[in-house]
Amino acid sequence: MREYTLAAAGAVVAVVVLELAVLRTGMFRARRYWATIAVVMAFQLLVNGVLACTPIVTYDPGRILGPRIACAPVEDLGFGFAMVTATIGLWRRAGSRG
Amino acid sequence: MLGRATYLILLTGCVLVTLPLELVLRARVYARPRRWLAACLPVLVVFTLWDYLAIRRGHWSYDPGHVSGVRLLGGVLPLEELLFFLVVPTCALLTYEAVGRVLGRGRPDR
Repeated sequence: MREYTLAAAGAVVAVVVLELAVLRTGMFRARRYWATIAVVMAFQLLVNGVLACTPIVTYDPGRILGPRIACAPVEDLGFGFAMVTATIGLWRRAGSRG
Repeated sequence: MLGRATYLILLTGCVLVTLPLELVLRARVYARPRRWLAACLPVLVVFTLWDYLAIRRGHWSYDPGHVSGVRLLGGVLPLEELLFFLVVPTCALLTYEAVGRVLGRGRPDR
């Protein structure tokens, strides 16, 4: 079963729900957030390239869809998006509490 | 090429490359350690758990020739992975604050 595909998709949904239902920082309407995502994703491809092309990390082909970017499965983009979005959401939330 | 230090050197590079965002662009992430931890610790815990489970279930594995060999959580999780989940979110926060400065919306608390 493509467990990593499912987990990555689930993480993207979970982090969107976390922001919209719990943190509610309004970051999805902020140009600053999307600009950050664009920059971070570009650097993620670079770091992922080193990790997956070297390879430092090797993926089980049976757990992923198949398409790869910079040697790493596309699922990694969901993993990275979820991690970075959760971090920025928590950062904004912690800041608004003062 | 860099042997078992490869992954650690990559992480060190991430820290060094983003350091000017704090020192020059005044991102003030490291300067606010409590807020930094409030954002990074939950992410560290959740994604370390994900990583641990994924390694246990064989989703991915690490080449012993490119990691230090120090493994945590019962010899499963490479030390580098724990550091990754601290370093990369920190780099993202530095980027977020720097982008705020560049866009001219850099109020320190948002």
